[in-house]
Amino acid sequence: MRGLIDITDFSVEEIDSLIDVANDIIDNPKKYSEKCKGKKLATLFFEPSTRTRLSFEAAMYELGGNVIGFSEASSSSSTKGESVADTAKVISCYADIIAMRHPKEGSAYVAMKNATIPVINAGDGGHCHPTQTLADLLTIYREKGSFDNLTVGLCGDLKFGRTVHSLIGALSRYSGIKFVLISPEELKLPSYVKNDVLKKNNLPYIQTTSLEDVIGELDVLYMTRVQRERFFNEEDYLRLKDSYILDLKKLSLAKDNLSVMHPLPRVNEISVAVDNDPRACYFKQVLYGKYMRMALILKLLEEAEK
Amino acid sequence: MNIDSITNGVVIDHITAGNAMRLYHLLGIDSFDCSVAIIKNASSKKLGKKDIIKIDGEIIPDIDIIGYVDPGATVNIIKDGKLISKRTIDMPEMLTNVIKCKNPRCITSVEQELDHVFKLTDRAKKVYRCLYCETKADL
Repeated sequence: MRGLIDITDFSVEEIDSLIDVANDIIDNPKKYSEKCKGKKLATLFFEPSTRTRLSFEAAMYELGGNVIGFSEASSSSSTKGESVADTAKVISCYADIIAMRHPKEGSAYVAMKNATIPVINAGDGGHCHPTQTLADLLTIYREKGSFDNLTVGLCGDLKFGRTVHSLIGALSRYSGIKFVLISPEELKLPSYVKNDVLKKNNLPYIQTTSLEDVIGELDVLYMTRVQRERFFNEEDYLRLKDSYILDLKKLSLAKDNLSVMHPLPRVNEISVAVDNDPRACYFKQVLYGKYMRMALILKLLEEAEK
Repeated sequence: MNIDSITNGVVIDHITAGNAMRLYHLLGIDSFDCSVAIIKNASSKKLGKKDIIKIDGEIIPDIDIIGYVDPGATVNIIKDGKLISKRTIDMPEMLTNVIKCKNPRCITSVEQELDHVFKLTDRAKKVYRCLYCETKADL
């Protein structure tokens, strides 16, 4: 049964089609309010994630469907030692589609291989989080009108940030994209992403440690959190942490039509004062995530019925 | 065992010099009952030096393991003293339960019954990645 484990499981055409459906849902919500009547989404969250789980649940309710599930591993059979494969088989008897988050990488793939209903990966450890990327793509599309010829800045933790790797992979399939990679030396984009995605597709990119130096060139700025525990020593963290905080002073150097994005949760990497700037898109990004999840649920249920 | 000629068995030839023992272990040859000869650093016109494994028994080795460890090696099947097939082994697209994923965050690290499956993602660079978590295998 087909699901969505990694964003590259879907072709560019399929993603474009999801964006079209999401835009239609935004324009005509009533048209979709009963599309999933009688259908059940199982949200299997083996680790807590309030935002993603509630986004999936809100998406299913807005499609007229119902939701069952659990929000932490302690309330699932995994505490009794049940495997992901068995859980997927069991839940297939109760629901029509699964959204699963699990701390282990590759768990969603195991679930998909064993379920008889579509499985959506709602995050498998540090591996993939494709619906976040769908939210990011719809946000960029709605803010910019297309994906072509954009200069996209990615700032913060580019080493461990799965949303960053996934977004680079998805955007690399559009034409004329230029990436600006802004991070401390310790958190630079891993060489395998550079080699397998950027160099392989001949995509232009620059690497820098200074947000201020490049912010004026960007059409999109995707911020991520620089976490204290990623540094080898406290001294480096303290020296660098403020360089990657977006405040009004740095934003004053940016274009008027810059779109500032963030996968959230934010800690302090975007000053609260930036929230009122029209260039701040991160809360809209959350809303667009729900619409993309609606479009995705519809697509996968339609395919399953065929 | 006469290592120059075997009647019924397998000769794995053109093994890159130094790889024979790794193949020996991965193929599980230590558990074979028949005579086995390992020839190291034999002279080779093509490779300069090569290793050879001769198995004096009707055992078909796992071709995928040979292709993973040493693409370009040849497998010769001998029957009644005659060479009945000679095949150069290429890298397999998938490897199942040959190597284990070393990523402690991979689902295979906690669910013991799962097969360890690796997929060839870059033939030129000989890159295999875990089917589940995409971690690169150490060659």
